[in-house]
Amino acid sequence: MANVISDETIEYVGILAKLDLSDDEKEQAKKDLEEMLDYIDELSELDTTGVEPMSHVFPVNNVFREDVVVNGDDSDNILKNAPEEKDNMFLVPKTFD
Amino acid sequence: MAKEYETVIGLEVHVELATKTKIFCGCSTAFGGAPNTHTCPVCTGMPGSLPVLNKQVVEYAMAVGLATNCDITRDCKFDRKNYFYPDNPQNYQISQLYLPICRNGHVDIETESGVKKAVRIHEIHMEEDAGKLVHDEWEDASLVDYNRSGVPLIEIVSEPDMRSAEEVIAYLEKLRQTIQYLGASDCKLQEGSMRADVNLSVREVGAEKFGTRTEMKNLNSFRAIQHAIEGEKNRQIDLIEEGKQVVQETRRWDDTKAESYPMRSKEDAQDYRYFPDPDLVPIHISEEWIARVKDAQPEMAPEKKIRYKEQFDLPEYDINIITGTKQMADIFEETTALCGNPKKVSNWLMGETLRLMKETNTDPEDLTFSPKHLADLIAMVDKKEINSSVAKEVFEKIFAEDIDPVAYVEEKGLKTVNDEGALRKTVEEVIATNPQSVADYKSGKEKAIGFLVGQTMKAMKGKADPSSVNAMLKELLSQM
Repeated sequence: MANVISDETIEYVGILAKLDLSDDEKEQAKKDLEEMLDYIDELSELDTTGVEPMSHVFPVNNVFREDVVVNGDDSDNILKNAPEEKDNMFLVPKTFD
Repeated sequence: MAKEYETVIGLEVHVELATKTKIFCGCSTAFGGAPNTHTCPVCTGMPGSLPVLNKQVVEYAMAVGLATNCDITRDCKFDRKNYFYPDNPQNYQISQLYLPICRNGHVDIETESGVKKAVRIHEIHMEEDAGKLVHDEWEDASLVDYNRSGVPLIEIVSEPDMRSAEEVIAYLEKLRQTIQYLGASDCKLQEGSMRADVNLSVREVGAEKFGTRTEMKNLNSFRAIQHAIEGEKNRQIDLIEEGKQVVQETRRWDDTKAESYPMRSKEDAQDYRYFPDPDLVPIHISEEWIARVKDAQPEMAPEKKIRYKEQFDLPEYDINIITGTKQMADIFEETTALCGNPKKVSNWLMGETLRLMKETNTDPEDLTFSPKHLADLIAMVDKKEINSSVAKEVFEKIFAEDIDPVAYVEEKGLKTVNDEGALRKTVEEVIATNPQSVADYKSGKEKAIGFLVGQTMKAMKGKADPSSVNAMLKELLSQM
């Protein structure tokens, strides 16, 4: 049941992912995505009648933290991850709201 | 004949919860810290960091849901909302789409013009706030502060049940009152701890189908909300009258220019590709947990109103104002507990406090004076240690700076002179120097005594008890 990814779809996915793809890359990505979808389609062969939808792979729930401040000012270390910094802030390309 | 239009409004209200820490990490939520001093790998979206849910967020969300008549979702979970923006370091916001914590609630409102209705709540979900973007004029770049990133929010989504700005304001005021009473948030619009997005469409009166709606953002005061609703309603009606289409879009309201403009271009796709967040495990909410949160619910405004009437016998108007905000009600109750005189406490709140609030443009939630100082002031007046005009003067200081009235009165020498000898001497002088007023009084013009009281108070620099002055005057005049 071969899935077909259209040119429009790969264009759109590229925009959403903010990826600037070359024509070759687009063709390769189409092929990869089609194969992934075909693989996922195999799951449809399973009869899931009467099976509860699962919300998480682990049978664990209610993992909580208490509302207590444990982190102090670590801005020196955090800002090391900034491509550029200024006035203790992350400097990023001009962005409009 | 001109067509008649009806405005249909639904609201998305974001409320910042009053937790000490962020929703998924142990960073402080305190307002006003230096940039990025309340951040860690989790709230700056570093690879490999893992979120752990703050239990208090769930409890606040449940509390608000229960107080707004919602069903609590027994098994709920978080989803990722994917979009790229520098204030969102993970490139997704953790929110709830498929199983929000509260659903199907309603809030009863009553507008000033007397409309009573229930506004239905579609859902309330939990999510994280984004960082703050600042524009840098010099570098032609933007700067990001992630202190707000990960601050817990609830988003309260109403059904499109409101028909006017007045109903919207009544709904927001009711929500704010309820949430403040619960202590779940301070709900300050100006500071952004309560924010409303307005979804609005118009249709001809009698039409069944809704018109195309727009969403308006950046509304940070009740005034801006009211203006934006009026402005958008008129803009849409004009379009329809001109035979044009209303475009479904997000618009930003500029309150200084009193107009809105579209926020995003069409090329900017709004496709969030939500999916369950695998880093967070589901939440199961038991009957017992719901019962515990319900039991911990404080007395809300409607119950307070009934109790105040029975217990304190205050006028309904006063009760409505005092119970209108939690801050006022707390001040009233604590001061009354200290001085035992609800009527006098109410008078101070309804009189001088409201007057000064209006004069200084202070909201009830920003009142800072302590009940003890008001109680002390009331006690001093009761004991006739100060007269009422001195008391008003001292109260202004309490209102503004929360000064200790006992120390202040002592220091400034404002105590009433209770020395009967000194009072008698002054009154005798006033009588001697004002023969005309004395004659007027003697000839039956009782009002003339007011002038003599005033002269005596002036001679004693305001530090006399007016009723004692009055009594002394009458006594001496009757002997003449």
